[in-house]
This record gives sequence, structure tokens and C-alpha cells, in this order.
Amino acid sequence: MIDFPIIRVVSKFMIPYILLFGLYVQFHGDFGPGGGFQAGVIFASAIILYGLVFGLPAAKSVAPEWFVEKLIALGLVIYAGTGFTCIALGGNFLDYDVLDHHVLPGFLPHGQHLGIFVVELGVGITVTSVMIVIYYAFSARERRA
Amino acid sequence: MIEQLIQFLDVVSKSPHLPVLLIAIPLVAAPLLILIGNRKLVQILSLIVAWVVFGISVAMLGRVLATGAFEYQLGGWPSPYGIVYRVDHFNAFVMLFVSALGALVLTYSPPSVAAEIPRSKHYLFYPSYLLCMTGLLGMCVTGDLFNVFVFLEISSLSSYALISLGKTRRAPLASLQYLILGTIGATFFLLGIGLLYQITGTLNMADIAEKLAASDAKRAELVAFAFMTVGLFIKMAVFPLHTWLPNAYTYAPSVVTTFIAATSTKVSVYAFVRMVYTIYTPKFAFETLPLDRAMVVLALIGIFVASIAAIYQTNVKRLLAYSSVAQIGYMLLGIGLATEAGVAAGVVHMFNHAFIKGGLFMVVGCFALRIGSVRLEDWRGAASVMPMTCFAWAVGGLGLIGVPMTAGFVSKWMLLTATMDAGNLTVAMLMLISSLLAVVYVWKVVEAIYFSEPSEKVKAAKEAPLTMLIPTYVVIGATVVFGCWTVYSAEIAQLAAKALLNASGVVQ
Repeated sequence: MIDFPIIRVVSKFMIPYILLFGLYVQFHGDFGPGGGFQAGVIFASAIILYGLVFGLPAAKSVAPEWFVEKLIALGLVIYAGTGFTCIALGGNFLDYDVLDHHVLPGFLPHGQHLGIFVVELGVGITVTSVMIVIYYAFSARERRA
Repeated sequence: MIEQLIQFLDVVSKSPHLPVLLIAIPLVAAPLLILIGNRKLVQILSLIVAWVVFGISVAMLGRVLATGAFEYQLGGWPSPYGIVYRVDHFNAFVMLFVSALGALVLTYSPPSVAAEIPRSKHYLFYPSYLLCMTGLLGMCVTGDLFNVFVFLEISSLSSYALISLGKTRRAPLASLQYLILGTIGATFFLLGIGLLYQITGTLNMADIAEKLAASDAKRAELVAFAFMTVGLFIKMAVFPLHTWLPNAYTYAPSVVTTFIAATSTKVSVYAFVRMVYTIYTPKFAFETLPLDRAMVVLALIGIFVASIAAIYQTNVKRLLAYSSVAQIGYMLLGIGLATEAGVAAGVVHMFNHAFIKGGLFMVVGCFALRIGSVRLEDWRGAASVMPMTCFAWAVGGLGLIGVPMTAGFVSKWMLLTATMDAGNLTVAMLMLISSLLAVVYVWKVVEAIYFSEPSEKVKAAKEAPLTMLIPTYVVIGATVVFGCWTVYSAEIAQLAAKALLNASGVVQ
């Protein structure tokens, strides 16, 4: 679709805003509607749009397949790692109360808030990369005449 | 050094976090292994994780036997507001054999995996295996109904992926077939949960049970029960909802078949028993509804049809797959009796059959590795070159038939006495006759491997490697051990049945 100037220009214009909106939904999810699942899909849609317009190789040079595959795993590690951190700090698994701290109060989130923040970040990373991998898997199939 | 180790193990086994570690360790290990990506390292680490998980379930069973059921609150939220993991005799027992088989099959797996799964997929195979184990154990440990669904999906999705790794082109197709039916089953289960949530406003199993007793939304209760029953029947592969199973077991890689056949359907049986005895009451299922009669009929037809189908198979994996469908029937027969002896028989058969069928599929894996085929005509005369493997088949086969001194005899004997006590002589007779069908299909294989001229493929084969034979013999040996010494199988099953029936208000 790279031959259509309108599509090319508009999507180039849109992609940064989609990414920004994805980040907003991700990190504002603890105050308003949103969270890791929604943000992940929005964030991935930017990459998928890029792939649709500029072709699969271009998308893969932005988000290489091997890298995205590792990100899937990383998100889950962040989630479960938060749980293990809670155990290490003396609480139950995923008991965010023990994540209370006094570093930069007012700037860094606290306790339950910090816990859900990190966990949702893990969710967001995994959802983003899973969506991208699904897109790669489908669009990489050879077309038969 | 050793003292410190013992001290360390002692501290760990007393940790209150065991129920969640059982799930969290394999769950976090799976993505870590993908991040590591090194084939050899992944294999070793997954093996360590599987044995650690087994250790945890042994420690939990020990604690349950010593002090009774205990709970773990995730995130420190008390029930019914948060998710709780609850361990009692029944699920500790199920988790014990699931994790034992999980660890033993993984120990046995390397040569078979190397032969049957492309090298580039190995670093994904082991994490998927661990995820499947996580899902199965999670279904057992959790006391939250929605959590059961989530773990059911984790185990199902990873098993679809595992099955599709098979060598032939039929494997992805079999996996897709299972995916479609499995998803229908899981969706039905979810619909049931949704209705229950609507009636009671809670997802905690104990809390649902309490509120159901007081609710008057009888029709919604009924619909929820029907959806959940059919959903779980699909996952259990109860006749006539078993059609996904033979293909899935036949075309999956041998290691995957072994693990799934030994554990997956039993965990669904576990979920079904929980539903009938903990969430609903046996009175509702078997008196208000005629589910017990339906189960007896389905179980008996299933036993006969599947056993007869097994007799006509020339592919040994498919033969064992049909036999699995039949064996689920025996579990249902016991569970449907709603007496302590009946439930105990059903539960102990889950345990015994896990070892018997696991062991037999391990033998099939050995043959597949050395002969390169699972077709019976290629196995002819194998005893001349693979005596150890063939002997393992013979012993495991005796267990499947239910010959005295094997685990199969213990469960069939308990089932038979329970059926007689319930005054159901026809069912008891039919059960005995059905065992004869097992003799036919087991003998068919024994005859081929011991009393036939060696086939071309057999002449070129040699004995299976020790790394596979030793775990195979541990599992097959277990079927003999638990046939003679039932302290840790039948007796725990009886305790579990007693606890289940007491909790559900059945007067003994």
C-alpha cells in the first residue's frame, strides 16, 4: 500500500499518536478506564498498521521477530516476578501491601498502587508482543495462486 | 553440608507459600526458559523445575495428612473476596500423581524428544510442557471457580500446541480438532460459571455452595449445572464426547501423549467431582437430576464400545487411546455411586490408571524411538531384540486388565465391591465382562511382540536406551507396588472420599 500517498502520509502521521495513546491507556489505567490488555492491543496496532502500509520487512526491522518472542516471555516474568518479590518481602504472593516504600513519595507509586502498576506493565508487554507475533504469523504465510 | 540441606528442606516444606509456589514456579520458569533459549540448559532446568514441583506436592500431601486441609490467600485477600488456594486430601492426592507423572515423563523424554520433535522447537517444547503442568495443577489447587477455568485454558492451549508438534501432517489437524471441541467444552464450562456467578455473586467454591443451598433460582442452577457437566464431559472424553481423543493421542509426539494421557483427563474428572460434591450436592445431581443413571449408561456403553474399538486397532497408540476412553468409564461408575466406597474407587482409579497408562505409553515411546513406528505389524517379534521394553508392556498390560498384584486390580476390586454394596449386580457383572475385552487388546500386542517372526524393522532395531527404560520401569514398577501396598493410594483416596462426602452433607 506504499504506492498510495494518502494512506502513507496519514498513517505516518497517525502512528506516533497511536503509540502515545497506547502508553496513556497503559499508565493511566490505574486512574481511569484502561490497563495492560487494552493498551497492549492499541500499541500493537501501531506496529501492525506500519506493517500493513510499508510491508512486512519494514515492520520486522522495527520489531524483529526474535525480539518480540522474547518480550512475550518477559511480560510474564515481570508479572510473576512481582509475585515473588512480594513473597521475598514477607507478604503473600502478589500481596502488594509489602511494596510500600518511602523513595520519592508522590512521584513513584506506592504499595497496592505500585504492585498493580508493575503487573499491568507486564500484561501490556505480553499482549503487545503476542498481537504482533500473531500478525507476523498470518502475514508471513505464502500466498498460493 | 547434608545437615544444612536437610534443615533447608525442612524449613521449605513448612513454608506457608507452598500452594502458590506449586503454580508460580513452573509458571515463571516457562518464560524464563524461552528467554534463555539454550537447548541443553532449557532441558536441564525444566527437569529441575518438574522435580521441585513434585517435591512441593509431596510436602503438601504430608501437611494435609498431618494437620488437615489448609488455605493460601493470594495477595493477602481473605476469601470470599480474593482468590484462595485450598489444599485438602482430594486435590493433594491428585496433584501428587500429576506432578509425579509430569516429572517422570520429563526425565524419560530427552531421547524421544530429540527423535520426534524438530531441534528448532525444543526450546519451546519444554516451556509448553511446564505450562501444561501448571494448568493441570492449578485446576486442582485453586478454590476459586473462575480460576479453574483460567487454568483449564492454560493447560488446554499448551496441550494443543504440544500435540501439533507431532511429526506427521495429521498432527496439526488432530490438534485443531481437539482445539475446536476443547474450546466448546471450555466455553460451556464458562457459561455455567457465569450463571452461577449471576445467582450467587461469588466465585469462591465454598461460598457458592453455601449460597446455592439458600438460593431459589432453581432453573438457573439447573442450566449452569448442565453446561458445566457437558463442558467437563468433553474435556474428560466421556463417550460419546470422546471423538477428539483418539486422533490427538495418536498423532502427538510420544512424550506429549504419555503426559496428557496420564494426567489431563483425570484432572477434568477431578474438576467434575468438585463440581458435583463441593459446589452442588450429590443429592442435586443424583436425586433431583438423574445424572447417576445417565453416567452409568454412558460409562458402560463407553467401556464396551471403546474397548471393542481398541481391539480392532492396528496402531498401538490409537489402541491405548480407545482404552483410555473406556477407563474414564470406570471412574465415572465409581463417582456416580455417591457412596464413600464408590467415590474412593473412582478416585483411586484416577491414580492407578495414571501410572498404568503413563507406563504403557512410555513403552510405546521406546518402541517408536527404536523401531520408528507404532503400527503393530512393525512390532512383530520385538521381544527378540528389545526384551526389557516388551516385558514392561506385559506388566503394564496386566495392570490395565486388572490382574491381582497390580494397581489395576486394586481399583477394579474396590469398584466391584462398591457396586455390589450399592446392590447393582448387573453393573458389576457387566464390569467384569468388560475386563475380558481388555485382555483381548492387551494380548493382541503381547502375541505380536512375543510370538511372531521378527519384522524387517525389528531386525534393524536395538534395545531402548537406559535413560528411557529406567523411568519406564519406575512407572511400571509403581503399578505393581501400588497393587500390593495401598497405604499411599487407596487409603488416601478413602480419606479424600470421606472428606468430600462429609462436606457435602451425605450421611454415612
